[in-house]
Amino acid sequence: MNHLPLIIKREYFTKVKNKSFVIMTFLSPLIMIALIAVVAYLSQLNNDKQRTISILDETGYLKDIFQNTDNTTYTNLSGLEFDKAIALVKDKKDYGLLYISAVDSLDLFSDNVKFYSEESPSLTIMTGLEQKIEKRLREMKLQKDGVTIAQIEASKTNIEIQQESFDGEKSSKIDNIVKLAFGGSAGYLLFMFIIIYGNMIMRSVIEEKTSRIIEVIISSVKPIQLMMGKIIGTSLAGITQFVIWVILGGILMIIVSTIFGIDLTQVKTPQQEMMNQAMQAEGAQAMAENLITAIGNLPLTNLIIAFIFFFIGGYLLYSSLYAAIGAAVDNETDTQQFMLPILMPLILAVYVGVFTVIEDPHGTVSTVFSFVPLTSPVVMLMRIPFGVPLWQQGLSLLLLIGTFIFAVWFAAKIYRVGILMYGKKPTYKELFKWLKY
Amino acid sequence: MNDLLVANSVSKNFGKFKALNQVSIAVPKGSIFGLLGPNGAGKTTLIRIINQITMPDEGSVHLDGQPLKAEHIRDIGYLPEERGLYKSMKVGEQCLYLAQLKGLTKTEARNRLKYWFDKLEIGDWWNKKIQELSKGQAQKIQFIVTVLHKPKLLIFDEPFSGFDPINANLIKDEILQLREEGATVIFSTHRMESVEELCDHIALIHKSNKVLDGKLNDIKRQYKTNTFEVGLESLNKDKVFAEIKDRFEVLPATFKNLNDDIKLNIKLSDQTSPNDLLSFLTSKAEVHHFVEVIPSASDIFIQTIKNN
Repeated sequence: MNHLPLIIKREYFTKVKNKSFVIMTFLSPLIMIALIAVVAYLSQLNNDKQRTISILDETGYLKDIFQNTDNTTYTNLSGLEFDKAIALVKDKKDYGLLYISAVDSLDLFSDNVKFYSEESPSLTIMTGLEQKIEKRLREMKLQKDGVTIAQIEASKTNIEIQQESFDGEKSSKIDNIVKLAFGGSAGYLLFMFIIIYGNMIMRSVIEEKTSRIIEVIISSVKPIQLMMGKIIGTSLAGITQFVIWVILGGILMIIVSTIFGIDLTQVKTPQQEMMNQAMQAEGAQAMAENLITAIGNLPLTNLIIAFIFFFIGGYLLYSSLYAAIGAAVDNETDTQQFMLPILMPLILAVYVGVFTVIEDPHGTVSTVFSFVPLTSPVVMLMRIPFGVPLWQQGLSLLLLIGTFIFAVWFAAKIYRVGILMYGKKPTYKELFKWLKY
Repeated sequence: MNDLLVANSVSKNFGKFKALNQVSIAVPKGSIFGLLGPNGAGKTTLIRIINQITMPDEGSVHLDGQPLKAEHIRDIGYLPEERGLYKSMKVGEQCLYLAQLKGLTKTEARNRLKYWFDKLEIGDWWNKKIQELSKGQAQKIQFIVTVLHKPKLLIFDEPFSGFDPINANLIKDEILQLREEGATVIFSTHRMESVEELCDHIALIHKSNKVLDGKLNDIKRQYKTNTFEVGLESLNKDKVFAEIKDRFEVLPATFKNLNDDIKLNIKLSDQTSPNDLLSFLTSKAEVHHFVEVIPSASDIFIQTIKNN
């Protein structure tokens, strides 16, 4: 008798109709968006802050290098005495005073640059000032040796290595960045998904025990069907929630940004900052074009299909391990000792993905870990954008599914024996004994 | 084939512990079969083997002449002692689900449920969650779920625990009714008075071994000690008592009676018939009470366990 569809249906609908599940489904995106909005608002507030930096330059070398920007105004206090300048800056509540005392030699210059301020100044502002001064000094030193400004400008070169495979396929650095971004986010998504929804499956497996319905159920269905049904039903519920989150989050994002006029993309991370700088260097438009071609260069069909299969495969495998834990214990408090062995390979997979795949996508370590079933979903997903032969993908997937079925069988076995051992906290030794029953 | 269920020298070990040792039982069709035994004797293990929750290490179980197989799940209804339902699921949905797991179609299950809900007058529980019901109410639902698919074999493990006397009676009547309709019942309990009332066959399991089985009446006949309970009225109590004591083996007895009589248990030897005793007594005193002592199921239970 095949009860699988029936069990899946029940598991799915009990999860989905559960009040806390419904509340979390609709509340989580709200909270997320609210959080992002607050961060965006705060960083905008920070950006909008006006600063005045006063400059007292007794050497006169740095005259024109400080240009006012949207947020920063530079006041030149040349001619004032240092004491008066300090008093004035304090009085005006300026951000600080950049003081360069008179020097005889350019070599001694750096010892004489000082910044006075009420609070310790921000790192970005200091770095900005230092860069400007360094550039100016380098130019002056070169000029002293007889090099003209024009020559300095002309000496600047920008090298970009054009990459091409033996097959004549062109690629660039940005290609690699895009590949990493795709692989990384796929792997990371799977990781998050397992962490969030693994527990749900475990709890669902314990449910029969805590409600003491287990003997009634187990005298009607085979444990392996029950396990399979629980894993699939709960996974579907998880996917439903996730999809709702993505859709709802997207809609809310649009609503919030239009109503409050907060540009949520303005939340600047250091990477974005760097990207922005790179864009400026290369020209925004060229950059965008490169990005599009880079995405176009990706093996998109392969990527999407592989993503679906490996995502589902990996998720099911880990789910079945969580189910095995649920099968071994009577209540949730007993699950702790079994959690670590599950999380270890997952964390390992992410580490391998982040450190090794980036370094060498087809090296021994990456290849091996993209076959080992517990790490393969994450690692393979990160490798695929760099081009992995289909047979490798197929083999890895086959191993993954095989392990999944074995794990479900294993969980069912533990479950069946576990019924007979009510109220005993299992040890690994006992689990091993159970397998032989 | 008169036996619905036959277990043949079934043994089961858990590690070093022997839970069942060469236990054989035969449950006749249409009987109510009492599976008795002290706590931890192995009753539940045997029931789990019949339900295919665990497999026997040795021996075999046949249902209706065929070795047990997965399809037999439909033919068995099992009410475990350790019972429960999904707490957050609604009564109706839950019953439908469990009935479908037993192989009923949804419409079939719905119709039968309606019959039972009307019969037990609990129609308004359909949309309640189990956690809103009392323990006894949930037990009723559990009973319905157990019998809903009209199994050939019903197994009840302590079915009356948690019920008040009225509901216990109701359930008892339902069990008898199901037997009338052709079901065979295996009934595991510690309550000897319900064994007395319901069972026509019993098997007694003690320390993993079957120590006794057969028809309840046969067993009683086997266990009776030829003892008679006697109540006499006489003006000369002491004399009569002494005379009886001379001729028979006498034990004191207690039973309720209107008068302050001589109350005795008299054990007869194999040569003496009850009539001999009665004629002797009538010649000595006025007989108000004369009953053969039939061992109760409880007596048999305790005696057998003590002797083993």
